[in-house]
Amino acid sequence: MRRIDLVVFAARAIIAHPTRSALTSLGVVIGVAAVVMMTSIGLGAQQRVTSAIGGLGSNLLIISPGASRGPGGGFVSQGAGSGQTLTEDDARAIQTQIEGAAAVAPSVRGAAQLTAEGANWQTRVEGVTPDYLTARDLTIASGRMFDESEARQGRKVIVIGQTIATELFGADTDPVGKRIRVGSVPFEVVGVLASKGQSGFGQDQDDIVLGPLQAVRSRVVGRRVQGSNVQTIYVKAATAEELDRLQEDVTNLLRERHRIRQGAEDDFSVQNMASIMEAMQASVKTFTSLLAAVAAVSLVVGGVGIMNIMLVAVTERTREIGLRMAVGARRNDVLFQFALEAITLSVIGGIIGLIIGVGGGFLMARLGDWPVAIAGWSIPVSLGFSLLVGLVFGAYPSWRAARLDPIEALRRE
Amino acid sequence: MIEIRDLEKVYQMGEETVAALAGVSLTISRGEHVAIIGPSGSGKSTLMNIIGGLDRPTRGDYRFDGEDVSGFDDDDLANFRCRRIGFVFQSFQLLPRLTALQNVELPMVYAGLPPAERRARAASLLERVGLGARTGHRPTQMSGGQQQRVAIARALANAPDLLLADEPTGALDSATGRDVLELFRTLNAEGLTLVLVTHDQKVADQAHRRVTFQDGRILSDESGAGQ
Repeated sequence: MRRIDLVVFAARAIIAHPTRSALTSLGVVIGVAAVVMMTSIGLGAQQRVTSAIGGLGSNLLIISPGASRGPGGGFVSQGAGSGQTLTEDDARAIQTQIEGAAAVAPSVRGAAQLTAEGANWQTRVEGVTPDYLTARDLTIASGRMFDESEARQGRKVIVIGQTIATELFGADTDPVGKRIRVGSVPFEVVGVLASKGQSGFGQDQDDIVLGPLQAVRSRVVGRRVQGSNVQTIYVKAATAEELDRLQEDVTNLLRERHRIRQGAEDDFSVQNMASIMEAMQASVKTFTSLLAAVAAVSLVVGGVGIMNIMLVAVTERTREIGLRMAVGARRNDVLFQFALEAITLSVIGGIIGLIIGVGGGFLMARLGDWPVAIAGWSIPVSLGFSLLVGLVFGAYPSWRAARLDPIEALRRE
Repeated sequence: MIEIRDLEKVYQMGEETVAALAGVSLTISRGEHVAIIGPSGSGKSTLMNIIGGLDRPTRGDYRFDGEDVSGFDDDDLANFRCRRIGFVFQSFQLLPRLTALQNVELPMVYAGLPPAERRARAASLLERVGLGARTGHRPTQMSGGQQQRVAIARALANAPDLLLADEPTGALDSATGRDVLELFRTLNAEGLTLVLVTHDQKVADQAHRRVTFQDGRILSDESGAGQ
């Protein structure tokens, strides 16, 4: 017989029972939709993690005072950032003694009220060196960054982010040259940073004020940070490959400078952004596979539904099968007819499920404020899987149909 | 055309073996009109299933036009049923969801004919059995007599060498039964070989030759009395 006629037979049988066919496919619809949605959620989360950590700067080490390790040695260690053990000299030492550091930027920060032309804004002001821009992958949109000599002299100049510019001066005014009072101290705006938008963690990365380290420490942060102490040192590696080596060198250098004996704990912590990103991505991936596995179970359940209905159909249509055999259907003709029916039901379910899954992915992205991330591979994979489900779960009922004895089948009521 | 020698069919029913056919030899020539009669359980239906290629003998020899049908595999048998045999059943066995035309087309689908050719031939066959106006009707919209004519048209679809009918009038009233038998006679007069199984003496009387079965054996084989 011609193959196209098998397709016609299968299609006719499906159309003959529209409700039943729809319900049979529903299992696969749900399964495929779940797989597509779960993988898109996972992928969205992964992209969010990547952009969140990437937004801090790439190839970056973040050094904070205080141990980051958990309790050990019988006393509770202080959290990272709480100590007073890092100094500008540490930063300078890293810059001069360690190879492969593209930028070393010490920083301090403090909360402050900004006022200008009657508007005000509560934010955090960071005291940094010019290298900070390189370390954090920031660029100037207008004006300029303050330079080393301005920083050393303790000049009261600042660079602000787009959000600050808009909040204080409106969207149409160029704030370069204007004055902003930080707390009660007037600063001059010398530059505006290019917008970085929202971070993956949902933070506004344009709500940022950078001033020279000295000026900010003495005028804004006040007594909390003494002498030439700093709260964070950012170290950017020239290449990603050097990051791990750099981390080791920085740790060794600081231990030496802080005179920490062998075996004693560090009084600072070095966070390697690349390894943090790796770890987070790995956990998100595990999470995604788990979700997808759960969704895949529902696809299998959908397949069992197809098998169930196909077995019912074979029983119901026993006489039809007998008659088809009597007028010349070979066993394989019967086999393929039923297998094709199961596969068609499954693949139609897969297509509908895919549409719902993609739609659901977009909806979830909008509701949850995720980046939309429909994995391209999920489309052929889910269709392939629905085909496979139809094939696997249609095989047994089809085999049963093809094995029928035509005489027995014709006699069946 | 049909040569059957020492045919046996044995069924295993639990511990017991039941011989449905216990050594049957029969020769049927092209153009004959044969009635096989006998009480139920006499083996006549088993013989018909074997002749039609729906079943295989346990022992013995069955040749159709010189070919050894008893040695056919499943696919050979399906092909044999498709092209050489036309079946007419007591209960019509039409597919309820298909129209008369589609039912008649079915054997031609399995023979691999293209749709246009199938439809044209199915329409002309329905015309021939007097149902030219009912090609679009479904079995449930037709009387028993009409349904049996559709079934006959279907049996003729692939121009078979042999028409096998199992109690073809068993589900019909006597008037429509007579019409169907009349149709058979016409087909036979046109050269089609006919074998029909019945326990209705009136149906058997129409045939040129009557083979009577009992307990899996041929009891009598009379010829020439047909009308």
